[in-house]
Amino acid sequence: MTLTSIIFAGILTYLTRMTMIALISRDMLGDKIKAVLEYVPSAVFPAIIFPGIFINDFGAFIEINDPKIFGALVAVIVGYFSKNIIATISAGLVSYWFLIFFVFS
Amino acid sequence: MLTKKQLFTRGMLDISPHMLSVIPFGIICGAIGVELGFHPYLVYAMSFIIFGGASQIVFLQLLSGGASSLVAVASVGIINSRHLLYGAVLSEYLEKLSFIKKLLISYVVVDQGFAESNKFFKKNRSEEFLHYHLIGTGCTMWVCWQIATLSGIVLGSFVPEELGLKFAIPLTFIAIVVQDLKKLDHVIVMITCGLSSLLFFDAPFKSYIIISPIIALFVAALLLRLKK
Repeated sequence: MTLTSIIFAGILTYLTRMTMIALISRDMLGDKIKAVLEYVPSAVFPAIIFPGIFINDFGAFIEINDPKIFGALVAVIVGYFSKNIIATISAGLVSYWFLIFFVFS
Repeated sequence: MLTKKQLFTRGMLDISPHMLSVIPFGIICGAIGVELGFHPYLVYAMSFIIFGGASQIVFLQLLSGGASSLVAVASVGIINSRHLLYGAVLSEYLEKLSFIKKLLISYVVVDQGFAESNKFFKKNRSEEFLHYHLIGTGCTMWVCWQIATLSGIVLGSFVPEELGLKFAIPLTFIAIVVQDLKKLDHVIVMITCGLSSLLFFDAPFKSYIIISPIIALFVAALLLRLKK
């Protein structure tokens, strides 16, 4: 039963991946749409970033002094200047750990 | 002109830093599945059949919380509908491929792979075998995801929960978009998307994940009109 649902969820997910790649040709998208599609990364990823920072595991908003906000800010600053993915992630995690283990503990 | 092998390797290298967040997250996903009481084979089957990070956790959480399988399947479809946008962007670079190759390559399109390959494609439009970069990012992600979820299933959550490693996921996406903060129009689009996602977070079926990009793309279209 669960396996059937997993297979349906898998087919659905595959369709989301395949539809636009395999069934759409370049001519079907006008220049205006292509210009808007340039913004896809900026229009999609904040929907993963913001809830990941500002909403906790129980679906509630975090406090304004939550260590995650500080960690995210550090990651933004380090990422902006270093242009390095590993540095960005590590800086965010380490500053977050520093707060949860030494300051708030 | 780069060879297929060089492009594939370049794709692997471009996505590998993201494994710093993907691998712990995969371990957590695998462990949660077993903790929620699902059979290990089923938890692993999801990594192979769905191959979609957070949607796998949501699926199991919904089922174990008593939701109907229809609700769980629909939620996975809605969470993953953002791939439609990635596909629309990538289709421009993949249009020369045969239909079969398009069908195969689609299976490995993931968030981080799309982001890194799209950056590479924009700078190297003239390369003949561009799609090998996407295969490189996608396959690296696939292999790491299988190993990570599998080790979470087998070994349990050996990543200490106190470390809060789920926080590495937003960080990995910060690393992807942070350079676009230099452009005001992108900043406006990002803030629109981010605030919408918080506003619509409680919308049914986790639909905030596609509602907010659509709102943000409308804002982007308005900005493009204003620029003219």
